[in-house]
Amino acid sequence: MSTYEARFKVWRGDGDGGGLKDFAVEVHDGEVVLDIIHRLQATQAPDLAVRWNCKAGKCGSCSAEINGRPRLLCMTRMSVFSREETVTVTPLRAFPVVRDLVTDVSFNYAKAREVPSFVPPKDLAAGEYRMQQIDVERSQEFRKCIECFLCQDTCHVVRDHEENKAAFAGPRFLMRVAELDMHPLDAAGEAGLDRKRAAQEEHGLGYCNITKCCTEVCPEGIRITDNALIPLKERAVDRKYDPLVWLGSKIRRRSEG
Amino acid sequence: MAHVDRQQWDVVVVGAGGAGLRAAIEARERGARTAVICKSLFGKAHTVMAEGGIAASMANVNENDNWQVHFRDTMRGGKFLNQWRMAELHAREAPDRVWELETWGALFDRTADGRISQRNFGGHEYPRLAHVGDRTGLELIRTLQQKIVALQQEDFERTGDYESRLKVFQECTVTQVLKAHDRVAGAFCYARESGRFFVLEAPAVVLATGGIGKSFKVTSNSWEYTGDGHALALLVGASLVNMEFVQFHPTGMVWPPSVKGILVTESVRGDGGVLRNSEGKRFMFDYIPEVFKEKYAQTEEEGDRWYDDPDNNRRPPELLPRDEVARAINAEVKAGRGSPHGGVFLDVSTRMPAETIRRRLPSMYHQFKELADVDITAEAMEVGPTCHYVMGGVAVESETAAAVGVPGLFAAGEVAGGMHGSNRLGGNSLSDLLVFGRRAGAHAAEHAAVMDRRDEVPAEVIDAAAAEALAPFRAEDGAENPYALHQELQQTMNDLVGIIRREAEMAKALKRLAELRVRARRAGVEGHRQFNPGWHLALDLRNMLLVSECIALSALERTESRGGHTREDYPSMDRAWRPVNLVCRPVEPAPADPAAARIALVRQRTEPIRPDLLALFAKEELVKYLAEEELYE
Ligand SMILES: Cc1cc2nc3c(=O)[nH]c(=O)nc-3n(C[C@H](O)[C@H](O)[C@H](O)COP(=O)(O)OP(=O)(O)OC[C@H]3O[C@@H](n4cnc5c(N)ncnc54)[C@H](O)[C@@H]3O)c2cc1C
Ligand code: SF4
Ligand code: SF4
Ligand code: FES
Repeated sequence: MSTYEARFKVWRGDGDGGGLKDFAVEVHDGEVVLDIIHRLQATQAPDLAVRWNCKAGKCGSCSAEINGRPRLLCMTRMSVFSREETVTVTPLRAFPVVRDLVTDVSFNYAKAREVPSFVPPKDLAAGEYRMQQIDVERSQEFRKCIECFLCQDTCHVVRDHEENKAAFAGPRFLMRVAELDMHPLDAAGEAGLDRKRAAQEEHGLGYCNITKCCTEVCPEGIRITDNALIPLKERAVDRKYDPLVWLGSKIRRRSEG
Repeated sequence: MAHVDRQQWDVVVVGAGGAGLRAAIEARERGARTAVICKSLFGKAHTVMAEGGIAASMANVNENDNWQVHFRDTMRGGKFLNQWRMAELHAREAPDRVWELETWGALFDRTADGRISQRNFGGHEYPRLAHVGDRTGLELIRTLQQKIVALQQEDFERTGDYESRLKVFQECTVTQVLKAHDRVAGAFCYARESGRFFVLEAPAVVLATGGIGKSFKVTSNSWEYTGDGHALALLVGASLVNMEFVQFHPTGMVWPPSVKGILVTESVRGDGGVLRNSEGKRFMFDYIPEVFKEKYAQTEEEGDRWYDDPDNNRRPPELLPRDEVARAINAEVKAGRGSPHGGVFLDVSTRMPAETIRRRLPSMYHQFKELADVDITAEAMEVGPTCHYVMGGVAVESETAAAVGVPGLFAAGEVAGGMHGSNRLGGNSLSDLLVFGRRAGAHAAEHAAVMDRRDEVPAEVIDAAAAEALAPFRAEDGAENPYALHQELQQTMNDLVGIIRREAEMAKALKRLAELRVRARRAGVEGHRQFNPGWHLALDLRNMLLVSECIALSALERTESRGGHTREDYPSMDRAWRPVNLVCRPVEPAPADPAAARIALVRQRTEPIRPDLLALFAKEELVKYLAEEELYE
């Protein structure tokens, strides 16, 4: 087993300000950046604030920026850096700092509430749902989301534009709209709700200019832009300009049952 | 003492995993104003990590399945120590709880005819686990989270406030359940972000805090699993039952060291993966215990045929209940037939095409690729036992989930005891969360509704809770480092009360725990109260130490091996212990001297199993489990 001493810069501070602090810290074989942060807590900085839970890329708690790039601390192996390189760890830039690496992500929870929920079909009781695997797969891809909010952090629409936050749900929650829209049994239409139009008019889909930055940082490898945002846009555009397309798709969908 | 904010609710749910969220949904739907409080962000609770699936006898894949078969498997898995009425309710209600999730938007994997697909798992006679790839827990928690949001949207329509009837206090921790007039009156909490204290007053509190794994060094559990609910219950006079039963999952990662303990889902074996030792031998065939001899394949050929033709073949022994597999791996490693990093080999690469592996086990593929540089489609994984789940927990009434002896206190999910007996079957936790979460929520709401006169928590009770929580900032010179104390505790439990137990070692563990308890009084922290992990850990130590003491005491007392409790000095199951529960109660009044014992252990006879449930088993089988006197009853 080989061990070496790495140089780290970790942002420390709170809402009133702060700065990068230098650390020299031991690194062992196979470790990830979160292990190093934990070693700092146990040996040099017991009150260093960081979020984490699963340590296996499943919960989406440990989001931060490593050398300026949004990443999960628990899924970033030390072996991707050279031994000479200084590793810089900073909190997510798009959200207000609470303390050290912990940011206030309440923006995301507020946006989640603005997306109307799944509408169960009226004529089906629990236990009567029938769906084909191939039809659920599109939405299943989006439900792999671990809500790490790295995509929300990276999207340029809000990253340095606080003023856009009110009108823009961000990739994670536009994808949630797409997920419900592609759910084979969602009965929003019957309830008078057009999810695609809502994406455009209520959740700021128009701000997205399909740069794909969100897709690039997604640790789950979800093809947010290609599979959720672009289809949502295409159909939103059809709908906006061509009421017949809208009507047509509605009729087809109903008769599919 | 400084002013502490108080808020009034009908029901307070401590925990936002599967059990807590299901309880909160039920309580709110029954009209109770409900507060949920959790240590992490909303949607990040431990349940999110569950992989394999939810057990429910929907009979979508094998039509012979029904609740009776599920009940039978559960009792066998728990070696008949299960609180049988819980096991019955669980088996009967699980299908409805799963189907209900679909009406809230869950998207499970499907069968060819469009129903919910079900997979094989250890100890389950038929394919029974509803799943979504190997991320079932994520689907479960997200669905419940989104249902909570849906209810909040309804409340917003009606009241203009999303949180008027159902509110989640995320990143807040409960340090004490508070009582007035000998019944529950609320919870004392701190917000992790600001360090500020507040009190949620309510006549009903549901504990849904999960497990205890962080008391052990090698564990699949996260930092949240410090046994808080177990300790909170004990501290207000509730009892813990059968704490000696701790499940070591047979397959945790063993390398690299930093990921040691992280879970490798049982679905790997359920879908065809096999265990081999360093000699390439499928050793599990040598470890089929007497009680299971007739139920498992005796040859590799038969085991392999079972995957396609389960009606005419018996299942491979890799799918024995977890305790059996964990002990077998332990024995192989000890005999010098382990893998290079001290585990054994778990192989799917020679069993399925790479494409199938990536589709059925995507997160395992990802986990090994990213964390260990191992491509599981091309080579075997190295695995070994890891502390995973606690079967013991708060003693509850089966129907209501009410904690025995404390009016207004309820417990559901991993924190509750009884349901799983001495060993839990895979998939039976997620279903347990839903079945008993719902029951706890319903009965808590009912309890709150009849308590029309609300108790106010006395100021001195709140002052005492605040003083306890602030103690780590007042530590004098010679203060102990909470991280170091935690590491010593983990090492002690791992080495002395681990997977294989011996009398002398457990006695030693109890002595060490007493010393640690004294030192933990002096745990000190630096910095201030805002998001200070050192402080949080110092407070969690109280809980881990209490729970560890219960585990060691009970394990020392039970002189047999059963399920998640293996004694080297008493290696076999003893039928005379079948009808005996070990119950931990707080010594009252609590001793002032931190070195004095705080837990009293008593033996309690279990309620006789209902005859119609016993009739589900063959006589020859019952003879292997039931105590002599029970056979005549
Ligand atoms: C890796 C892994 C895989 C698993 N796979 C499966 C599977 O496939 N099938 C299955 O059935 N089971 C599985 N299990 C077991 C199952 O996931 C857990 O037993 C179950 O999720 C526990 O749920 P819970 O609701 O009881 O608690 P949790 O989901 O753990 O939630 C506990 C909640 O309580 C909160 N809390 C704790 N203490 C406090 C406090 N003091 N104050 C405030 N809040 C507090 C926490 O913040 C959290 O929100 C798995 C477990 C692990 C670790
Ligand atoms: S594709 Fe759209 S949502 Fe994604 S980062 Fe670019 S602008 Fe933002
Ligand atoms: S879509 Fe991907 S990047 Fe965005 S929150 Fe979900 S998991 Fe994270
Ligand atoms: S700790 Fe869960 S994703 Fe990193």
